[in-house]
Amino acid sequence: MNPLLSVENLSLEFRTRSGIVRALENVSLQLPEGGSLGLVGESGSGKSVLSFAVLGIQDAAAKITGGAIRFAGNDLLADGGSAMKNMRGRELAMIFQNPRVALNPIRQVGQQIEDVLLRHTALRGAAARARAIECLSDVRIPDPERRYTAYPFELSGGMCQRVMIAIALACKPRLLIADEPTTGLDVTTQAAIMRLIRDLGREKGMATLLITHDLGLARDFCDNIAVMHAGHIVEVGATETLFRVPAHPYTAQLVRATPVGQERLEALASIPGNLPDLRRSDLPPCRFSERCELRSATCATPLPTLTASAGHVVACHHPQARTSS
Amino acid sequence: MISTILKRLLGAIPNLIGVVVVTFLLTRALPGDPAAFFAGASGTAEAVEEIRKKLGLDKSLPEQFIVYVRDLARGDWGMSHATGQSVLTELTTRLPASLELTLAALFLAVIVAIPLGILAATRPGSWIDHLCRGIATAGVSLPTFFTGLLLAYVFYFLLGWAPAPLGRLDPYLSAPAQVTGFYLIDSLIARDFAVFVGALKQLILPTVTLALFVLAPLARMTRASMLGVLSADFIRTARASGLAPRTVLFTYAFRNALLPVMTTLGMVFSFLLGSNVLVEKVFAWPGIGSFAIEALVASDYAPVQGFVLSMALLYVLLNLSIDIAYGFVDPRMKIEN
Amino acid sequence: MTSVWQKRLQTLRYVVGENPLSLAAFLLFAAFVLLALVGPSIAPFDALASNVGAPLSPPSLAHWFGTDSLGRDILSRVIIATRLDLGIAVAAVGISCILGGLAGAFAGYFGGWTDRIVGRLSDTIMAFPLFVLAMGIVAALGNTVANIVIATAVINLPFYIRVARAESSVLRNAGFVEAARLAGNSEVRLLFHHIIPNILPPMTVQISLNMGWAILNAAGLSFIGLGVRPPAAEWGIMVAEGAQYIVSGEWWIALFPGAVLMLAVFCFNLLGDSLRDLVDPRRRT
Ligand SMILES: Nc1ncnc2c1ncn2[C@@H]1O[C@H](COP(=O)(O)OP(=O)(O)OP(=O)(O)O)[C@@H](O)[C@H]1O
Ligand code: SF4
Ligand SMILES: [Mg+2]
Repeated sequence: MNPLLSVENLSLEFRTRSGIVRALENVSLQLPEGGSLGLVGESGSGKSVLSFAVLGIQDAAAKITGGAIRFAGNDLLADGGSAMKNMRGRELAMIFQNPRVALNPIRQVGQQIEDVLLRHTALRGAAARARAIECLSDVRIPDPERRYTAYPFELSGGMCQRVMIAIALACKPRLLIADEPTTGLDVTTQAAIMRLIRDLGREKGMATLLITHDLGLARDFCDNIAVMHAGHIVEVGATETLFRVPAHPYTAQLVRATPVGQERLEALASIPGNLPDLRRSDLPPCRFSERCELRSATCATPLPTLTASAGHVVACHHPQARTSS
Repeated sequence: MISTILKRLLGAIPNLIGVVVVTFLLTRALPGDPAAFFAGASGTAEAVEEIRKKLGLDKSLPEQFIVYVRDLARGDWGMSHATGQSVLTELTTRLPASLELTLAALFLAVIVAIPLGILAATRPGSWIDHLCRGIATAGVSLPTFFTGLLLAYVFYFLLGWAPAPLGRLDPYLSAPAQVTGFYLIDSLIARDFAVFVGALKQLILPTVTLALFVLAPLARMTRASMLGVLSADFIRTARASGLAPRTVLFTYAFRNALLPVMTTLGMVFSFLLGSNVLVEKVFAWPGIGSFAIEALVASDYAPVQGFVLSMALLYVLLNLSIDIAYGFVDPRMKIEN
Repeated sequence: MTSVWQKRLQTLRYVVGENPLSLAAFLLFAAFVLLALVGPSIAPFDALASNVGAPLSPPSLAHWFGTDSLGRDILSRVIIATRLDLGIAVAAVGISCILGGLAGAFAGYFGGWTDRIVGRLSDTIMAFPLFVLAMGIVAALGNTVANIVIATAVINLPFYIRVARAESSVLRNAGFVEAARLAGNSEVRLLFHHIIPNILPPMTVQISLNMGWAILNAAGLSFIGLGVRPPAAEWGIMVAEGAQYIVSGEWWIALFPGAVLMLAVFCFNLLGDSLRDLVDPRRRT
C-alpha cells in the first residue's frame, strides 16, 4: 500500500548572508495512513525545517534543492506547491510549541477556529460558530461557549495548546504534525495533552508525525521512530526494534541515555559534542563523524543506506546491528 | 469599558497639570520686568507699580499660579494687544483652519504611509522596500517650510496648477456658513460646490507639504512593526492552517502591527502640530499658528502663551484619544493596570 | 577587545558596502564640518555686504547662487551660515546630552523618587508638541540665539533621558557593576566610573539621530523670525527672506539655503542610521 506521506531524498538549504545552510540532505521518511511516526533529534537537527517543508510554509530564504514530497498520491512540490494550497490546514495540519505565542494575541480563540472553518468548509455564520464551539469541546475544553470569546492571554498554556489542537483538527485532517507540542507546558499538562493527541488520533484515524526532543515520549507514543542528526535521517525503525537493537552509534547513545520507566518528559539526553556548523563547505559525508567513537577511514566515503531488518534502515558505515544493503 | 476610559482620563491629569504649570512659568519668565513692559516706554514708576498690582505680580508665586488657573478656567486667557480681542476668542475662531489642515495632512499621510509600509515589509529587499526606506530617511530631513515653498514655486508659479498660496479660499469666493468651521465640510453642507472645489484647491499644497513630513515616521514604523509581526509564531500558525494570504496579512498580521503604529501616532501628532505652524506661515493659512507668529513678531505675549497652552491641551487630548482607541484594539489592555 | 573592533570594522565595511549612501553621508559630513571651520575664509564675497552684485540677479558665473534683494552674494551667505546653524545644533544637543544623560543615568541607577521626578519632568516636556514648546520658550526667555539653543536643548532632553535611564537601569544589576560594588566602591563612584562610560555608545547614536532634527528645529525657529536677526546669515532666515520672492519667480534666494539645509539634515540622519546599525545591528531597519 502507498504511504499517506512520503518524503523522498529531500534536500533543502537556506541562503543567508553568512553562507548557505545545508539544513536537510537526502531526507526520506514514510508515514502510513493512521500511523504514528516520531521524529527525534537534538535542537537544530532540522526537525522543524522538515515539517515546515512538508506543509510548504518554509522561510522565504529556504530553497528545496532536490527530492520529492508526496501526500496521498499528490506531488506537493509540483507547480511551486499549488497542490498544497487547498490541503494545508484541511488534509494536513500542524501544532506548534509554545502555544501561548502561537495564537493570535488579539483575536478571540473561537474566531481563530472559525477562520479555518470559513476557509476550508462551506459552513457560515451561526453554523460555523456552532462547529467552532464543538471543536473546543472536542479537545475537552470545559465550558466551550464561554471560552469561544476568550483571548489567548486569558487562557493557561495547556488551554492554549488545546485551542491549537482544535484549530488543527477543525477540518478533520488525515495527518497531524505536532512539533514539540508539550514544550513550555508543565508536566501534568504535558501528559494530558499527549493523551489527548493520541486519543483524538485514534478516534479519527489520523496519522501523526510527532516531533520531539524526547526519545522516551516517542517510544510511548509512536509506532515508528526516525532519528535525525544535523539534517540527516540517520536511522528509521519500528519503535520496539529501534530500542532493542539501535544500529546507528548516535541512536545507541541516545537509547543508552534515555531512562526507562520514570518521569521522562524532559529534554533529550545530551550527547557529547555539538552539531557541526551546517554552513561549512567541508561537511563530511557522515555529519556525526566528528562526534563518533567508531569512526574509521571509510567513514569519509559517501554514506550507505543499510537495511537491518524490514523497515529498519540505517545510514552508517559501521552499524551496531546486523544489516544488509 | 467605561472604567478603562475613566482610568485613561485620570492618567492624563498629571500631564495636564504639568502643561499648565509650564505655561504659567513661561508667562512669568517674560524678558525683563513684565510690568515695565506692559507700562510701555513712557510708563512712570507709579504706573509700573500700578500695573504690577493689577497683574497680581506683587503676590507670591503660588498665589499668582492660583489666579492664573482661575482665569484660565474662566476663559480669561488675556488680551491680544495687536487686535484688542480676547485671546481665547481669537484662538477659537482660528482653530478650525488649523485643524482642517492638520487632519487632512494626517489622513493623507496615513493612507500613503501604511500601505507603503506593508508592501515594504512583505517584500523585503524589493524596490518598494528601498523606496520606503528612502522616503523614511528623506522625509524626516525635509524642512517643511522649504518643501512648502518649493511646491508653491513649482505648482503655482511654474505650472499654474495650484492657486496662489494665500489662505484658505480665493478672495472672490466667500466662506461657507460656519457649522464645523471646516470649509470642506461646511461647503458641502451648504451645497456650494464652487467653494468646496476652491477650498480643496487651496488645501492641497499645504496638506501635501505637511503629509510629506509625517509620512516618514509612519511608514518606517509600519514597516518595522509589520516585519516583526510577520515573523511571529502566530502568523506561522495561521499559514499552517491554510488561511488565505489576504486573511493572514490583514486579519492576523496587520491588526497586530497596528498597535505599535498607534503608539507612534503620538509622536506624529507632535511633529504635525509643530510643522503646522511653519506651513501656515508659508501658505498664509489663517490658523492659530500664523496668529501666534504675528503675535511673536509684535512682541504680543498673551496670544503666544495662549497658543502654546491650547496646542498643548490639544495634544494631551489627542494622546488621550489614542490611548483610548488603543484600549479598544488591544484586548490585553482591559485587565492591565 | 581587538576582535570586537574587528567585528565593528567588518560591520562598518558591511554597512558602507550595503549602502553606498552611508559613504556619501560620511563625506558630506566632513564637508559640512570643513565649511563650518573655514567658511569665512573661503566665501567668495563678504556675506553681509550689500550690493556686491545687482540685487535679485539669478545665478551666474560671478554669483553661483545669485544675489538677494539687497544684492548680497547668496553663496557666501550660505557658506557663512554653516557655522551658525551647526553651532546652534551642536550646542543644543551637547547641553541636552549632558544634562539629559546625567538625569537619566541618576534616575535609572537610583530609581525611587529620583526616577519619579526625572520621569515627570520628561513626561511634561513630551506633553507638549515639541516645536511649539520651543516657540513658547524663546518667546518667554527673549528673542536671542542663546535662547534658541536653550529651547532646542530642552525639547531634546527627553530623548537623552530615556536612553540613559534605560541603559543605566539595566547596567545597575550587571555582573561587573555588582563586582565593583562588592569591592567597596561608593555608589557615586560606580555611577561615574562604571555606568556612565558604558552608556556613551547608545548616547552617541542618539546624538547623531537627533542632530538633524535639532538643526531642523533651530532653522524652523529662525524661519518664523525667532532668534537669529537680520542681517546675520542663517539658512532658516534666508529661506524666510526668499519666501516672498518665490511667487514672483525669484527662486534662487530661498532654494539654495533651503537645499543646503535639507542636505545637512539628510546627511546627519543617514549618518545616524548608519551609526545605529554599527552599534546595534539588531535594530537595523
Ligand atoms: N530561516 C533560517 N535561516 C537560516 N537557517 C535556518 C533557518 N531556519 C532554520 N535554520 C537552520 O536550520 C537548522 C535546523 O533548524 P530547526 O529549527 O529545524 O531545528 P529543530 O530540529 O527543529 O530544533 P529545535 O529542537 O530547537 O526546534 C538549524 O541549524 C538552523 O540554524
Ligand atoms: S558512518 Fe562512521 S562516523 Fe558516521 S556514525 Fe557511522 S561509524 Fe560513526
Ligand atoms: Mg523546532
